[in-house]
Amino acid sequence: MLRIDALRAVYPRLEQCVVVTIMGAVSAELQSLGHRPGFFYLQHAMGLASSMGLGIALARPELPVVVLDGDGSVLMNLGGLTTMARYRPRNLVHVVFDNESLLSVGGFPTATSTGSDIAGMAAAAGIPRTAEARTIAEFTAAFDEALRAGALTTLVAKVEAKGPPVFLTDLPMLENRFQFERYLRSLRASGG
Amino acid sequence: MPVSVKHSQVIYDALKACGVSLVSALPETWLVHLIRMAEDDPEMTLVRLAKEEEGVGISAGAHLAGAKSAMLMQNHGFLASVNGIVSLARLYRIPLLMLISYRGEFGERDPWQTEGGGTTEPLLQALDIPYERLDEPGHVAHRIRKAQALTESSLKPVALLLCRDLMWEE
Repeated sequence: MLRIDALRAVYPRLEQCVVVTIMGAVSAELQSLGHRPGFFYLQHAMGLASSMGLGIALARPELPVVVLDGDGSVLMNLGGLTTMARYRPRNLVHVVFDNESLLSVGGFPTATSTGSDIAGMAAAAGIPRTAEARTIAEFTAAFDEALRAGALTTLVAKVEAKGPPVFLTDLPMLENRFQFERYLRSLRASGG
Repeated sequence: MPVSVKHSQVIYDALKACGVSLVSALPETWLVHLIRMAEDDPEMTLVRLAKEEEGVGISAGAHLAGAKSAMLMQNHGFLASVNGIVSLARLYRIPLLMLISYRGEFGERDPWQTEGGGTTEPLLQALDIPYERLDEPGHVAHRIRKAQALTESSLKPVALLLCRDLMWEE
């Protein structure tokens, strides 16, 4: 499964959610499908996208929040799995694209390439729902279930270590940040 | 345990008066009462962390979602949070109100706290983070209010150092 195909398959649902992504390929690929004001791309601070998603989900329990994480980032903040599990916001879906590689910085293999199991670690951390998907059909079905479940889910999508040729986009980080904040404020004003 | 309940309450009340509704924390001795106050307060969301750097992400998310937050941590937790402070809070212009218990200063009896004590202020300066000491109850509310105003207007992290003379009763 290619990550871009997985993103394309659930893009219509992502448009309805508040989305926080990690840096590099995930950010560039989601933007290539179409930026939305509810999409925030964390271009650095590896590991903290899931913590940001947790902060948003706790502060705004009425909003469906999706984090698009990666194996390298999760491995940098394994303790964050236990924090998410502890507070387990019902409005948070944690997707981890596991390509067993630090693709954005040279493609070096991560520990998932030698057997470390992110879905297993998430379950052991106490995340109430976990799933692993290897095909687009599995991923789409599991993502839809997670959105409907009303319980914190970590969904690991096993994907190929392939990404876009460039990661730079024409959306400056600060423009993204202020647009995202304004958008979340507008949802509050409209009662959404 | 001679951690001052009274002064912890002064600090907690000042945070509430600033509109702080979410506190992330990793326990340490000087913070026990503050964390318990947050836990007992139905208006406060307390997020107990595994490692302090997570708190930068949680505060960033809370800020973008419209909630005021504060981080409660020991100075060694501040040392552990540096990349998040630099490559999230500063890179993305996120306000961050950090309350840092200042271990390892004059009076410290725990040998293991002493290296972090000497590193705290030079690191705050190197990171260009404005900070003030909280070392007596009379100025606590005023300094927390000012710190909150600056972090919100500058969209940058600020720090308050919770000092021995305020936190510890001997």
